[in-house]
Amino acid sequence: MTSLELDRVTVTARTVDGEMVVLQETTLTLTEQRVALIGANGSGKSTLARLLNGLVSPTTGQVRVGGLDVAREGKEVRRRVGFVFTDPAAQLVMPTAAEDVALSLRRTHPDKAERRRAALEVLAAFGLDGLGDRSVHTLSGGQRQLLALAGVLATAPDVLVADEPTTLLDLANSRRVGDLLLSLPQQLVLVTHDLDLAARCDRGVVMVDGEVAFDGTAAEAVGHYRAVA
Amino acid sequence: MSLLGLHQPGHTRLHRTSTGWKLLALASASIVVVAVRGPGSSLAFLAVALLLVAWSGAGLAATLRTLRGLVVVAVLMAAYLAWQQDWARAVEAVADLATLVLLATVLTVTTPIDEMLETITRALQPLRPLGVRPESVALAFSLVIRALPTTLDLARETREAALARGLQHDPRARLTPLVIRVVAHARATGDALHARGVGD
Repeated sequence: MTSLELDRVTVTARTVDGEMVVLQETTLTLTEQRVALIGANGSGKSTLARLLNGLVSPTTGQVRVGGLDVAREGKEVRRRVGFVFTDPAAQLVMPTAAEDVALSLRRTHPDKAERRRAALEVLAAFGLDGLGDRSVHTLSGGQRQLLALAGVLATAPDVLVADEPTTLLDLANSRRVGDLLLSLPQQLVLVTHDLDLAARCDRGVVMVDGEVAFDGTAAEAVGHYRAVA
Repeated sequence: MSLLGLHQPGHTRLHRTSTGWKLLALASASIVVVAVRGPGSSLAFLAVALLLVAWSGAGLAATLRTLRGLVVVAVLMAAYLAWQQDWARAVEAVADLATLVLLATVLTVTTPIDEMLETITRALQPLRPLGVRPESVALAFSLVIRALPTTLDLARETREAALARGLQHDPRARLTPLVIRVVAHARATGDALHARGVGD
């Protein structure tokens, strides 16, 4: 597994009232296959997840992915770390499903026809066959999230960071996406409010007010969070 | 369903024409439509654009339904021009606007976005020494097309929210949330592009 390291990392943000600490000094090494980050809204779990892909820069400290400094080698890190957002509508940037997956394949498949064929194969692998020429705008919420996952995983990253990927989905689609995430060969860092899903991970980290309040097995972490929430 | 920004596979001559020629034709036609004055010629251009939409296979009725949102803009513009100038100028301006939108729709309906991006990227290659990044320009182009239905959705949701609160006649209640949500969506899209390594 890739080693995901936060070394004395803090994140602060400017507000109208001055500076606000979003993430207190945190040192953490994640090497498990599936890690769940849980906590209340505003507890800092999404910030922690975004640090791993360079979407958020640490105010102090260093974030390393597989030994690479995210601040200095962000381009290489982003090739290794895929990121799935809560709302796939913002993540799907091309008009049709096949074109969106093809965008991810531009580096690995320079030939247009080959790229489209590869994109359609990726769609089929995610149960989205026949939807290649559909506008992403007309897909259901579940299909959009699966497409967002397909677009990210098409580049075969080593690590997938998913920030509340099931929050906007109905029960059936939430289960479908959750099962898919947990079955991936990739290392997974999962930010979620779905405690049943979190409990199926190998490790659980509970965030409270911008700091790690508990770190242990996922089942213990869920138990801890249920007790304090 | 919105046709804006949506390619519809087909086998018409318009589909088979190379993307470069279509883009060139759209640019040239746009200049001609704006440059040639008079309501008669504008209505003639509009008729041609409608024929092209029908030929493209997009479906005239579906396209016109999609463009209903433009009616508000067109009516306001026509009223203003009729008041400030005359009816001939109002007819000309509205017909020109509708023609340009319909011609652009014909292009997007008959051309896969992938092909459009490649054509734009190729066409801009000579400008690379001047600091232009053709891939970025092409991506920006596709983002605009992708953003159209999303923005229309946000406008509809904002309108419904204002209506639910009885604020449908308050422009602030309709415009402020819309602007904030469009900007937030643009930022989220920027994050997504960054996360996917686009532009690295």
